[in-house]
Amino acid sequence: MKSPSLRIYAIAYLVFLYAPIILLPLFAFNDSKVVQFPLKGVTLEWFRQMAGDAQLGIAVKNSLIIALSSSILSTTLGIFAARASTRFRFPAKGALMGLIMLPMVLPEIIVAMSLLIVLLAIGVKLSLFTIILGHVLVCTPFATAILTSAFQSLDKSLEEAAYDLGETPLSTFRLIILPLVLPGIISAFLICFTISIDEFIVSNFLGSGEAILSVYIFGQFRFPAKVPSMLALGTILVLISICLLTIAEYFRRRGIAKTGGKDTGGFL
Amino acid sequence: MQNNGLLARIRRSEGASGLAIISPTAFYAILLLAAPLVTVMLFSVLTSENGHIVWDFSLSNYETVFTHPVYRAIMLRSLMVSMLVTLATVLLAYPLAYYISFNVPAHRKSMWLFLVTLPFWTSYIIRVSLWRVILGYNGVIDSALMDLGLVGEPLNILSNGVMSIVITLAHAYAPFAILPIFVSLEKVDRALLEAGQDLGETRLRTFWRVTLPLSMPGVIAAVLIVFIPTVGDYVTPELIGGGKVPMIANMIESQLLKQRDQALGSALSVTVMAIVAVVSIIFLTLNRRFLGGQK
Repeated sequence: MKSPSLRIYAIAYLVFLYAPIILLPLFAFNDSKVVQFPLKGVTLEWFRQMAGDAQLGIAVKNSLIIALSSSILSTTLGIFAARASTRFRFPAKGALMGLIMLPMVLPEIIVAMSLLIVLLAIGVKLSLFTIILGHVLVCTPFATAILTSAFQSLDKSLEEAAYDLGETPLSTFRLIILPLVLPGIISAFLICFTISIDEFIVSNFLGSGEAILSVYIFGQFRFPAKVPSMLALGTILVLISICLLTIAEYFRRRGIAKTGGKDTGGFL
Repeated sequence: MQNNGLLARIRRSEGASGLAIISPTAFYAILLLAAPLVTVMLFSVLTSENGHIVWDFSLSNYETVFTHPVYRAIMLRSLMVSMLVTLATVLLAYPLAYYISFNVPAHRKSMWLFLVTLPFWTSYIIRVSLWRVILGYNGVIDSALMDLGLVGEPLNILSNGVMSIVITLAHAYAPFAILPIFVSLEKVDRALLEAGQDLGETRLRTFWRVTLPLSMPGVIAAVLIVFIPTVGDYVTPELIGGGKVPMIANMIESQLLKQRDQALGSALSVTVMAIVAVVSIIFLTLNRRFLGGQK
């Protein structure tokens, strides 16, 4: 069932999907203050302006602190949830897993606002720490989903063999299970990191005005003069996330190959 | 001694081990998700006074949400915009999912899926902001079209708030719609299609009577996955609509943080949750009907 019109549609759709990303480097190097055609010539001015932006440096540092902490925490929490849900039957399993996965299907503004109301009511001061609390909540379902598929492809008999050979549950986990799910852990970590860096709503509402990358970008786009240097920043960010994702995808596939499974599509 | 044995047995039992292992994650979710949600529900039936919550039970917040013309208008507009976004996203995504599932050779499918999901993982804020630059007055589209001599004056699509929001969000949520539809199309038994055509149906009628109904579970999943986050979208109305087309999320923010009316803000939040729940239930029921029709 080959139909050329469908193929043309598919290509047009990809153009629509990639249009903003292609325009990003195009205008980041364009020698003009206004973002419009025709292109004027090549310049590195916007990258220079971006590099000289002290506020941006602080935002990047804060975002890295938040992203590292929340991806480590959510991957750890994801390991617990994925291990429990794939290996054990226990009371209230459906309800607990449902609650853990809930932020995936709840509008993010609700997650952020309800947490904010409670934090304000009990008098917690907003800081980078409160943003991390929110990000862990948002990232954990993604980590759990990725890790669940990693734990699911584990062969239970390997574990039983280790017990039979006298290993304790803890040493079995360390020697047998952990190495086998390690690719899943790395890919969960990278995904959480990407989500956290990109996350806006929690960072905006649970912070106390410290510069955070996504919030900073959001603010800067309101000033037309700042747009070109933000496009330069965007170009760099897109490159970084493509690299991270390619690495994550590599580890995910290696994990599947390691446990002898069959590839069944992407992250989602 | 006996007591000890019992304790050890409980500790060794599967249920207890499972609970013990999940407890850190569950504890986190209960403390930072369930408890806040319950608090919001509680606040929504209390009263706000000068930025503080007073223990004065009333349903007046909900009355305001549903009868006050401004709130009702914003609520209805939010729903309408999210529905438009969902419709556009799913309609645009279906042919692509169909193409990947039916026309792309098996070994290239995962490459296509990777291509489709890649833009999703690049900064959401930057993608949304870019649409502002692309659609704006004398922006990328305007200047390109005028350069080519296709239009005489700027179209300024951005001035049409709703349309810009629909374009931006249809772009942002594209992979969420493509993937579930693709998965359900992959499950369609190809023999059924051949059977349909052997029995003299045209290709279009086979699609209409076999492929489309069989892929409905994926379409419904796509509708839910796109609709839920767009109802609560905050960034796009703010950046693209320039704050001129506020949606529910922007209204919740303004009540909670600017007006400091926590009770009314909570009532709005609970209403959004209720809308999401009702829409989910409707579509999941529809889904069950489709699944039921198959077997």
